[in-house]
Amino acid sequence: MLTAVKNLSFTIEKGNVYGILGPNGSGKSTTLGIVLNVVNRTQGDFSWFDGHTSTHEALKKVGAIIERPNFYPYMTAEQNLKLVCKIKQVSQENIDNKLELVGLLDRKKSKFKTYSLGMKQRLAIASALLNDPEILILDEPTNGLDPQGIHQIREIIKTVASQGTTILLASHLLDEVEKVCSHVIILRKGEKLYAGSVDGMLASHGFFELRTTHTEELLSFLKNNSSFGEVKNENGLITAFLTEALDADTLNKMLFENGIVLSQLVKRKESLEEQFLILTKNQSN
Amino acid sequence: MVRLLQIEFIKLWNNRSSRILIFTYFLLITSIALVSMIKFDFGDIHFQLAGQGIFNFPYIWHFNTYFVAWFKLFLAIVIVSMMANEYSNKTIKQNLIDGLSKKEFVLSKFLTVIAFALISTIFIFVVSLILGLLYSDFNEVSIIFSDLEFILAFFLKLTAFFSFCLFLGVLVKRSAFALGFLFIWQIVEIIATVVLEQKVFGTKNGMADLVTGFFPLRSMYNLIDEPITRLNVIKSAAKQLGADLGSNYHVHWYEMLIVIGWTIIFIYLSYALLKKRDL
Repeated sequence: MLTAVKNLSFTIEKGNVYGILGPNGSGKSTTLGIVLNVVNRTQGDFSWFDGHTSTHEALKKVGAIIERPNFYPYMTAEQNLKLVCKIKQVSQENIDNKLELVGLLDRKKSKFKTYSLGMKQRLAIASALLNDPEILILDEPTNGLDPQGIHQIREIIKTVASQGTTILLASHLLDEVEKVCSHVIILRKGEKLYAGSVDGMLASHGFFELRTTHTEELLSFLKNNSSFGEVKNENGLITAFLTEALDADTLNKMLFENGIVLSQLVKRKESLEEQFLILTKNQSN
Repeated sequence: MVRLLQIEFIKLWNNRSSRILIFTYFLLITSIALVSMIKFDFGDIHFQLAGQGIFNFPYIWHFNTYFVAWFKLFLAIVIVSMMANEYSNKTIKQNLIDGLSKKEFVLSKFLTVIAFALISTIFIFVVSLILGLLYSDFNEVSIIFSDLEFILAFFLKLTAFFSFCLFLGVLVKRSAFALGFLFIWQIVEIIATVVLEQKVFGTKNGMADLVTGFFPLRSMYNLIDEPITRLNVIKSAAKQLGADLGSNYHVHWYEMLIVIGWTIIFIYLSYALLKKRDL
C-alpha cells in the first residue's frame, strides 16, 4: 500500500492566489482529487466553506480543471458549456461572456475534438468559470502547451485573480507559481514542506558574489566576520551567504578599509527555484 | 429529476451515432406493422398473415411484445456506450468535479433507462392498439383491454435488460468489451442451464427450471413466453399430430419479482462500483 498523501493539512483564505508546488508525483493531483471527490481517501477529512455544505453542493460553487481538459468530443464548445450549466445549476447567459474571456467566442460552434490542446485548456477554464466560482482550482493548467499557449493561460489567470477570485494553482513549474501566486504550499512525497506567503519563503538575507585578486585575504575576512555564514569559492568566484542584513555599500567600504579591492561585487537573493531545491534537499537528508 | 434527464438528453442527442440508433430502434418497433402486409399467393390459395389471428385482441399484446423485445439490442448498444464513453472521454470525472454527485450520476443514467423502456412501452402499446383495431376479429372493449399484463412485463423486461447493460458499461468501461461480455454471459447461462438439466437435477422434476429461472437473462426471457404455439393454426396442427402444447402463457408475479430484483441489484452494483473506484 502506497501512501500518496500523508498528514497534509492547510487552509485557504479568500482572495489569495495559492500555489501548490512539488515535483512530479509529489501528491498534488491526489490532494486535489480528494477534495474534488474523485479520489477516495483512506483516512482524514476535509471540508468546504467551513463545513456547512456537502461536497457535491460545494463543488457547484467551485471551478476546477484537473490535468487534461475532459469534454464530450462530439459536442461543440457551446453545447458542452450548456451541459456544464445544467450540472452546476446556473443559467446559460454566462456562456458567451466566458468564451469571450478565454478568446474562443468565434469558435463556439466548433466541435471539441477539432480544438488544439491550448484551446481545449482555455475552454476548460471558461467552463470552470461559468458559475462565477468563489474558488478556482487549476491543476497544471499550462502542461503540454506551447509558449504562446502558456502565456495566454497565465494572462487569463491574472485577469481572473484581479477580479477577486481565490485561485489554487498546482504546478511543478516554479516560475509559474512565482509569477502568479501570493502564497505557496510545497509538497514532497505527499508531505508538506512549507506553507506560507511567497515573500516569506524568499525572506532570506541573500548572498554576495565577489571577485578579487586578493583571494586569500578576502576568504579569511569573510570567515572572521559574523555577518556571513557559508562561503564558497568556485574558480575565484566567491559566494558568501549572509546571516544578517548587510548592504553592498557597507561591505565594499569595509573591504576597502581592510586593503581588499574588488573586481566584482554583486548582491543577490535566492530565486524560488533555489529555495525550493534547498527545502526539498534538506528534507531528504 | 427533470434536470438529470435533461443532462443525459444533451449528452445523447448531440451524439450522432446514438441518435441514429435510437431513431432506427423506434422505426423498427413501428415496422412490426409491416407484418400485416405479408401476403402470399400460391395459385388459388391466398394467404395473409394478418388474417391468421396474430392481430386478434388480446393475443396481439402477447405476440407484439414478444417479438419487438428482440429489438432492444439496438438500445443496448446506446446504453452501454453512453456509460462506457463517460469513462473513455473521462467526462465522468469532469461531471463529478462540476458538482454532480455519484448518486445523481447513476440516477441520471437509470432515469434514462426507464425513459427508454417507458417510451418503448408506449410505442408498442399504441402500434398494437392500431393494428388490432384494423385487423382484430374481436373489438369489444373488455377484450381489447384484457391481458395487458404483457405490456407491463415488456416494460419490466426492458428496464431490467437496460440496467444490466448499464452495469456492464460501468464494470467493463469499454463499450465493445461490455457488449462482448453480454454475449459471453448469455452463453454462460445457456451452458449452466444445460449442465443443470443434464447432470445436476435431470430433466424430469423441474428443479432445473426453478434454478435457471433466477438467472438474470433467463428471468427476463421467462417474463413473456413464446407466443407461436398459442396460435390457433399451430394448436390445431399439433392436436392432429397428437402433441400437447398446453403451456401456461401468463405472466407470473414471481417472474416479475425476480426481474425487478435484478434491476435493483444492477443499479445498486453500478453505484457501489462507482463509489468505490478512484477516477
